[in-house]
Amino acid sequence: MSDSHSPALHHHFEDLGQQYEASNMGMWAFIAQEIMFFGGLFGGYAVYRYQYFDAFVEGSHHLPIEWGALNTVVLIGSSLTVALAVRSAQQGKQMAIFNWIVATMILGAVFLGVKTIEYSHKFHDGLVPGSSFLTYGPYTTAYDAAMAGHLKIFFSFYFVMTGMHALHMIIGIGIMVFLLVKIRRGAFSAEYYNPVENFGLYWHFVDIVWIFLFPLLYLIGGR
Amino acid sequence: MSSEFQLHPDLASTFALPVDALYFLLIFLSVIISGGIFIAIVVFCVKYRRRSEDESPKEIHGSLPLELAWSIIPMFMAIGVFALGADLYFRMYRSPADPIEIYAVGKQWMWKIQHPEGKREINELHVPINQAVRLTLASEDVIHSFFIPAFRVKRDVLPGRYTTMWFEATQIGEFHLFCAEYCGTQHSTMIGKVFVMEEEDYQNWLVGGVSGESMIEAGARQFKQLGCATCHKSDTSGRGPSLEGIFGRAEKMTSGEDIVADEDYLRESILNPQAKVLNGFKPIMPTFQGQISEETLLQLITYIKSLGEAAEE
Amino acid sequence: MSTATIEQQASTNGHGENYLNVEHGIKSWLLTLDHKRIGILYLVTITVFFLIGGLAASLIRLELMTPQGDLVEAHTFNKLFTMHGVAMIFFFLIPSVPAVLGNMVLPIMIGARDVAFPRLNLLSWYCLVAGGSLATLAIIMGGVDTGWTFYTPYSSTYSNSYVTLALAGVFINGFSSILTGVNFMTTVHKMRAPGMTWFRLPLFIWAQYATSLIMILGTPVVAITLLLLALERTLHIGIFDPALGGDPILFQHLFWFYSHPAVYIMIVPGFGVISEVIACFSRKRIFGYSFVAFSSMAIAVLGFLVWGHHMFTTGQSVYAGMVFSFITFLIAVPTAIKIFNWTATLYKGSISLESPMLYALGFIGLFTIGGLTGLFLSTMGTDIHMHDTYFVVAHFHYVMVGGMVMAFLSGLHFWWPKFIGRMYPEAMGKASASLIFVGFNLTFFPQFVLGYLGMPRRYHVYPDEFQILHVMSTGGATVLGLGYLILIGSLLWSVFKGPRAPQNPWGAKGLEWEIQTPPTLHNFETMPIVTEEAYAYDNRHQAAQEEESTTAPAQQEEEVV
Repeated sequence: MSDSHSPALHHHFEDLGQQYEASNMGMWAFIAQEIMFFGGLFGGYAVYRYQYFDAFVEGSHHLPIEWGALNTVVLIGSSLTVALAVRSAQQGKQMAIFNWIVATMILGAVFLGVKTIEYSHKFHDGLVPGSSFLTYGPYTTAYDAAMAGHLKIFFSFYFVMTGMHALHMIIGIGIMVFLLVKIRRGAFSAEYYNPVENFGLYWHFVDIVWIFLFPLLYLIGGR
Repeated sequence: MSSEFQLHPDLASTFALPVDALYFLLIFLSVIISGGIFIAIVVFCVKYRRRSEDESPKEIHGSLPLELAWSIIPMFMAIGVFALGADLYFRMYRSPADPIEIYAVGKQWMWKIQHPEGKREINELHVPINQAVRLTLASEDVIHSFFIPAFRVKRDVLPGRYTTMWFEATQIGEFHLFCAEYCGTQHSTMIGKVFVMEEEDYQNWLVGGVSGESMIEAGARQFKQLGCATCHKSDTSGRGPSLEGIFGRAEKMTSGEDIVADEDYLRESILNPQAKVLNGFKPIMPTFQGQISEETLLQLITYIKSLGEAAEE
Repeated sequence: MSTATIEQQASTNGHGENYLNVEHGIKSWLLTLDHKRIGILYLVTITVFFLIGGLAASLIRLELMTPQGDLVEAHTFNKLFTMHGVAMIFFFLIPSVPAVLGNMVLPIMIGARDVAFPRLNLLSWYCLVAGGSLATLAIIMGGVDTGWTFYTPYSSTYSNSYVTLALAGVFINGFSSILTGVNFMTTVHKMRAPGMTWFRLPLFIWAQYATSLIMILGTPVVAITLLLLALERTLHIGIFDPALGGDPILFQHLFWFYSHPAVYIMIVPGFGVISEVIACFSRKRIFGYSFVAFSSMAIAVLGFLVWGHHMFTTGQSVYAGMVFSFITFLIAVPTAIKIFNWTATLYKGSISLESPMLYALGFIGLFTIGGLTGLFLSTMGTDIHMHDTYFVVAHFHYVMVGGMVMAFLSGLHFWWPKFIGRMYPEAMGKASASLIFVGFNLTFFPQFVLGYLGMPRRYHVYPDEFQILHVMSTGGATVLGLGYLILIGSLLWSVFKGPRAPQNPWGAKGLEWEIQTPPTLHNFETMPIVTEEAYAYDNRHQAAQEEESTTAPAQQEEEVV
């Protein structure tokens, strides 16, 4: 079998098939723990949304639904491009893998750019949770102490959930840089494309988290 | 308090005997089970010790009947003990009718006790014997826990919310009070004494010493000072609802849900008035969050509880 | 179990080239991808944290000999018990069996050359080192005084100690656990040798597998919880702050959602070790193999459903409490099944009481007590009285130290000859096992009584009437400490001066005993093919008679004591 002489085979594995299955399973296990990580956040969110629904509605109305919707489309698009990158890898088309990964990176960067805009607006409005929450900006007298406290909790969840999500995207973009280097070196082929596929899984997961975040944060209580 | 060495604290409340009985039942079962295992191990290790290197022990895979037996029997024992424990807990949890109400505020690192009649204590709690006492607990800062070993009772004391516990003391004497949730540097000195007295002595103690205002009087004073009376009049002429007889009543909220107006509801309505607004009223009450202490809150609530009782007499 | 190819290499006693001497130099250790070397790296690291935690414990016990706070001040005492808990739980107990013994032995037991992701394995170790360094830095800079449980709002708003630094250390260390779990789970699924079906796996592997599931699914929840706490402390975001409407009890739910399964991460691998040792030193297969295997899985699943039993006094719903109490009682059943099956394995066995077996039998005794006292605490009516008292402290030390540490030491002595290539001195092994067993009981049994009498946890000073029990406890701790020091000393001595170990000093069954001592870099030169069940001790004499190979010398055990 040519397997054992393939440069892609790590020698503790018997053959590429075993290596593929193992790396795939490892990535799924990693995604399982990511689900639990975000799950803790979603759990906390659920508790406070139940207790302080009005504050959550009020907070949600501060979030720009257009930017959020745009980001959703951008991210779904990037899942498409990464899927196409995996497909190209399966077909061994080096140029195509490269281009689709670059496209994914661009879309990811667009997403992060939009989030930066959103965050900066919140900063200007004095809605960033911390010691200076509602101590400056246009809403300082808009809410009584209790509502202000609950709003702070909403925005804490907004920033931590989207922030953690953005962090995972930044890491994903970093991994893509690494992948581009490897693609240039011709590391992937129809015979061996595990890292591309596993990265695709990771990126799809990051996308799915956003699919939950968008309605849970931006669409509470209708408009 | 007994000064001889004991294996358990004094039996000083109605809970002490059932708790100890359950404890000793568990000890008994544990001794039987662990004793059985230890004896089996020792016997087997002696009887089947290796006598020669060529020994080839019998091939025994297992025994389904044995596995089922030692799974099912312990499971039923476990469920039995669970039921006893849950039942006891339920009895400890459910407040009795007409208890004596006492209020305790925990703060780093002391206990501040208020009797409704006005007597206040620090790190001491005087109670009468053979009467149910209910403590309403609040913390001014971190989580504490109110623990009286001789009564077998303990309840965490939380910031931002009331917890309650009750007991009925059955022995005259002095008993330990401990804070049982780590709360910072002086956690181990946040201790005190519970004094159980005969009813007569307790009544004398209540009225003795410096006569201050009762909690209800203090609450009435605060009610006026903080401006509550501006909107909450004793009839329906105010912008806010009348609070006569409101305590313990089921009320409908603007959201449609039904709430029983207990201590937690009253506390929440003072600190976060928009959360549950009485049906038919506008959400215009300002919040007093950050403006009043836990002790003042308790005084206000005691006062509100008393409204409407005088009218019924 | 073996084929001719295994037997050929088994006949050499391998003190020629092996994984320890194949490469030299610090770089070959710090950049190793060999699971066995990584196991050794972990062993050294967790021993350091054991000593740090042990030092804290010694100071605590010395202080508690007298009712007054005369040895250290209150805030120092609070930092000591926090340091003890953090060091012992996160940096010693959780990695101990999986990362040390699991790394050394798991791939070999299933017939693999290494774990599925060797580089991730090395990264796991670096996460432990990095996390542990941050936690140590927190200690050096002045310490943390929140308790290892970090309850809010004390930890989020009131404590003035280096909480965030400690949280960062624990957070990074969490990745060590998660990545090890991912690695081991995948390895067991995908890298078993031909013929090694699930039900031929040694029970150690079942236990490690169940533990891996908990590591993967539980650890991230504490990660996000501690991250939220760190953000609250540094940026004042306010999720747990009651003044804003935040809920400090939510922290407890999130914290215990992981930290209860964490105790199963700690103990279940120990269960796996006990199965191996009992089988070997009774020369019998484990009684009720499937039951023991499935019980590990049942414990892993049920362990996620009981966290509320740490919160019976918080005022949570009484019905929620009942559910948690009930499921906690249920989880006692698979645990008891193991104890019964191990005891039944001894029946009609051929029992030999070397150090690994002494530790294993000590485990069964002490863990049984520890586990049963857990039932006292899951009984709601009695827990009200015993929660947050020394009864709890005694309970968890019985299961963690009397249980887990004994199991770890049992496994360490069992596999020591294989992986270090030297025999430890058996007399010292027996001596330290005995001292540890006696010292342990003297230290912690009085604490059950102390707890029921009402002595609260984390108390620096206490009422006079509790002193006699504290003095007993400290006396026991001295014996226990002595036992540990003799243990560490004698193991260390054996590394340099111990007699060279034969290939299979215990006459044990298992793939790790079929290869040379110490193992070669790749464990197996050719893939082993598995043909029999685990612990097929009864087959071995038949096999020896049937085969006419040169393996007879290799299969004779050498009495080394």
